[in-house]
Amino acid sequence: MTLSLPTPRKYGFHMNAVGMIGAAIILFWVVVAIVAPLIVPYPIGLIVDSNYLGPISAKFWFGTDYLGRDMLSRILMGARYTVGISFAAAILASFTGVTLGMVAASVGGIFDTIISRFLDALNSIPSLLFGLVIVAGAGSSITVLVLTLAVIYTPGSFRFSRALSVNINAMDFVAVARARGEGTRYIIVEEIFPNIIGPILADFGLRFVFIVLLLSGLSFLGLGVQPPNADWGALVRENMDGLPDGAPAVIFPSIAIASLTISVNMLIDNLPKRIRDRSE
Amino acid sequence: MSNSAARQVLLRLGVMALSLLIVAFVVFFATEMLPGDIAQVLLGQSATPQAVAALRHEMHLDQPAFFRFLLWLGGLLTGHLGHSYANNMDVASLIGGRLENSLKLAGITTVVSVPIALTLGITAALFRGSLYDRIVSMLTIFVISVPEFMVATLAVLVFAVHLGWLPALSFTYDVHGFFNLLKIYAMPVMTLGFVISAQMIRMTRAAVIDTLNTSYCEMALLKGASRRRVVLRHALPNALGPIANAVALSLSYLLGGVIIVETIFNYPGVAKLMVDAVSTRDMPLIQTCSMIFALTYLLLIAIADVVAILSNPRLRKR
Repeated sequence: MTLSLPTPRKYGFHMNAVGMIGAAIILFWVVVAIVAPLIVPYPIGLIVDSNYLGPISAKFWFGTDYLGRDMLSRILMGARYTVGISFAAAILASFTGVTLGMVAASVGGIFDTIISRFLDALNSIPSLLFGLVIVAGAGSSITVLVLTLAVIYTPGSFRFSRALSVNINAMDFVAVARARGEGTRYIIVEEIFPNIIGPILADFGLRFVFIVLLLSGLSFLGLGVQPPNADWGALVRENMDGLPDGAPAVIFPSIAIASLTISVNMLIDNLPKRIRDRSE
Repeated sequence: MSNSAARQVLLRLGVMALSLLIVAFVVFFATEMLPGDIAQVLLGQSATPQAVAALRHEMHLDQPAFFRFLLWLGGLLTGHLGHSYANNMDVASLIGGRLENSLKLAGITTVVSVPIALTLGITAALFRGSLYDRIVSMLTIFVISVPEFMVATLAVLVFAVHLGWLPALSFTYDVHGFFNLLKIYAMPVMTLGFVISAQMIRMTRAAVIDTLNTSYCEMALLKGASRRRVVLRHALPNALGPIANAVALSLSYLLGGVIIVETIFNYPGVAKLMVDAVSTRDMPLIQTCSMIFALTYLLLIAIADVVAILSNPRLRKR
């Protein structure tokens, strides 16, 4: 007699290979951003070679930049700025946007109208232009960059989470909770939020990509992270002189940006159904 | 056009005017609320207090900020754009020729890329699921998920460095002959074209596929019409509205693209002027350039909205 065990319940998420690769690359850059100062082969400001815009060699894996500094070290440290600033800005934008969106959806009325109109108006300013104007006015310290990027992408996050929350808010279990006498705070934290968290995570990834692109664009124009520090966009700008010769110093930072943004897209498109469709 | 459509269109235009006012407000206060005295900065440390006070009065710096905002807004509307801090030239004359250059670049890009993008989008929908469709989709996703300057660097690497067909990062003013002109415009136009086409292709493809999923298209297919006929005769006419909407929306991506492209290729347009003005903190110039960009952007968005309204027969005929 065979004794069949009940099939074990699966707790893990199933993700296809493309999504896994995306997740692995993102994880790689996050780890690099954290441990960069420990693993750089040369100090980032140090001019290590008289050969500027040098080719790939055993000593300098990614070549040297326009001053003869080691490119590998600069890219590893650049991850700190690109990933760090973008992540901080994306968290800030999503947190503000989602909170406001949930509150607007559950409170409704005049509060909802005012906040929706205001954020829509903010959204009608083209993002790169917004960045340029703020940087012109307030300079480009890292705090200003994070805040600017967060402000630019808050309206999108608000709209998305408000649309989701309005649907949840109309459901029976929310009506029941209200009838029980639960306050707005409880409704938001216990009823609405757990039901929109999946799509919100996917939206967060998308917003992160937009922010990386905008930050790189600003830095590329020389208006983002300022020397001697450099994020990947600034690294491309610094070494533009090497472009006509196809120097690795221009190509590798570009590849770094693309690898990050494309892998986030890959991950979002292949998120496990259990996360993506949790609201349904 | 019926009443309800006219009302909707007017509403959109009203919203656009309001947005423009808010943008003006943000632009003005972001650039004016700087710490420090502009009059003092302009005249230098050695200026006498009287001279500084006189300049402050002349620039209305002794007036409340909101009054200066109204004054500036009035100036914008009547064409008095003020003077550049950097070289004391009239902002209007600084911008004049460059606006023409930028519009030329944007115009050529639009004329070249819209037909190509539409063809690619429609054919991708026509052969949905095929290898061709997948390649087009993958390329558009790639272009969308990398920064604009990377598209430009790639174009330079391929066409100037490896193939040697086009000059790299140079823009000269004296060009002789049509062929040379073509060569100089090729790179910026190509880069910008890639950036705006990617969005257009995606949206066009989605619009056609959306209409293909309707029951009347299924019916046509069941009656034995060829796939080609269903797409071109049945789906496309109804997808035209969304497609025109997609085109107008994608053109608003020209804006971000043009700022990067003009900087990379050293193209003498408004965007390059503005980026330079930001580095020198030349506020009057930044304000005017921002307003030009915001106006263009909002106009394109409004056109997209209006097209969407007009193309909806339910709104048009009621």
